[in-house]
Amino acid sequence: MKYAAPSSVEEATTLLSSSPSAQVFAGATDLVPQIRGGYPTPDVLVDLKKIDQLVSLANDADKWTVGAATPTVRLTEDQAFSQEFPGLSEAAGLIGSDQIQSRSSLGGNLCNGSPAADSVPAMVVNGVRALVAGPKGSRVIDVADVVTGPGEISLASDEFIVEFEIDRMPTRTADAYLRMIPRTEMDIAVVGVGARIGLSDDGTIAEALVVLGAVAPTAVRVNGAEDALIGSTADDDTLAVVAAAASEACNPIDDKRGTIAYREQVAGVLAKRAVRIAMERAEQRNGDV
Amino acid sequence: MTRTHITTVINGDEVDFLAEDSTSLLDALRDEVGLTGAKEGCGTGDCGACSVLMDDRVTCSCLVFAPEADGATILTVEGLADSGELHPLQQCFLEGAALQCGICTPGFLIAAKALLEKNPDPTETEIRYGLAGNLCRCTGYDKIVRAVQEAAIQMREQ
Repeated sequence: MKYAAPSSVEEATTLLSSSPSAQVFAGATDLVPQIRGGYPTPDVLVDLKKIDQLVSLANDADKWTVGAATPTVRLTEDQAFSQEFPGLSEAAGLIGSDQIQSRSSLGGNLCNGSPAADSVPAMVVNGVRALVAGPKGSRVIDVADVVTGPGEISLASDEFIVEFEIDRMPTRTADAYLRMIPRTEMDIAVVGVGARIGLSDDGTIAEALVVLGAVAPTAVRVNGAEDALIGSTADDDTLAVVAAAASEACNPIDDKRGTIAYREQVAGVLAKRAVRIAMERAEQRNGDV
Repeated sequence: MTRTHITTVINGDEVDFLAEDSTSLLDALRDEVGLTGAKEGCGTGDCGACSVLMDDRVTCSCLVFAPEADGATILTVEGLADSGELHPLQQCFLEGAALQCGICTPGFLIAAKALLEKNPDPTETEIRYGLAGNLCRCTGYDKIVRAVQEAAIQMREQ
């Protein structure tokens, strides 16, 4: 195995195309356990962290850009980002220990393809886009379209994510992320729920997104919950519909962390709670943030 | 196998070493540099026994490929004491009996140092969450948490 640390996206693209088993990596927090667990070792490991763009965190009037290899600790530490995207920041802060968060990244969390990746529902509710580089140039795709199944992604083997683009959070709009694990810390989600709620001037819900993680082969949007929320004030009757729709949207595995019935029930409960939190936050975002 | 020349600053000293690309920073520290404080527990980033500070971030050195450390500043447990005087965390671990077999201790000390630099006055809950990446199978954690609380008080008074 050869280690390479390119300093530009172009150089990384060339290296990634140099061998069929070349692979990019950021924090290696999933890669090293996979190699140790018997997965084939790549011929060439392309370290993306020496490319400035890949480890950036910045904003302008329109959007935030987060480098695909930026350590997740920087998202939780950055007060401006955490205030604007508390749900995404919380999801990033749930990925492993402090040791892991010094290395883990949104790009890695997404491209590892785990159905239980905490940052993915939180990115999808916020409409996050990925800038993808490859030998034929770059393209922008929705994060929602990256993962196609457990461990499977839509990127070609010679493509990689350079950065994520996140539109600035509108006023009276906010996100939230909740997850359930059997322990209090350091475990893989049994259920994860991202929610984003936007309020109209009269206080009713104008925008609603609810996305589940860890209960299906990929993160799933709960259209039934979103439709019920639009135009409502998230009253108890509406939240009952949200919970039922979330449970219905599950297609989970049955394993030692949670049975199918348990995951379905918890998905409903967490969806209600995440919507309530996002709603409360949206009510407090009155344009001065 | 070709070996890469890696230049680092470890515990305040410039250190050069050679390592194969697939070698972990943990193995390079132990086998090439001779610093055996960081331990291998799991080798997969779960137990924290190999924790070091890499450019001031607490990191599992088992998850770092040695060549990644080129140009980095690293602190291992061997660099905690100052001219033979134990760091307050080390002193409090000793006095509070916050270790039994000791395998996890270097990782706990490094993670606790990182925690207190970020948050000099943590609550017990914040300490427990901050050290969640470090596993100890002997102590039951209570004495470790109390040692970190005591060290935090001493470090704030300094």
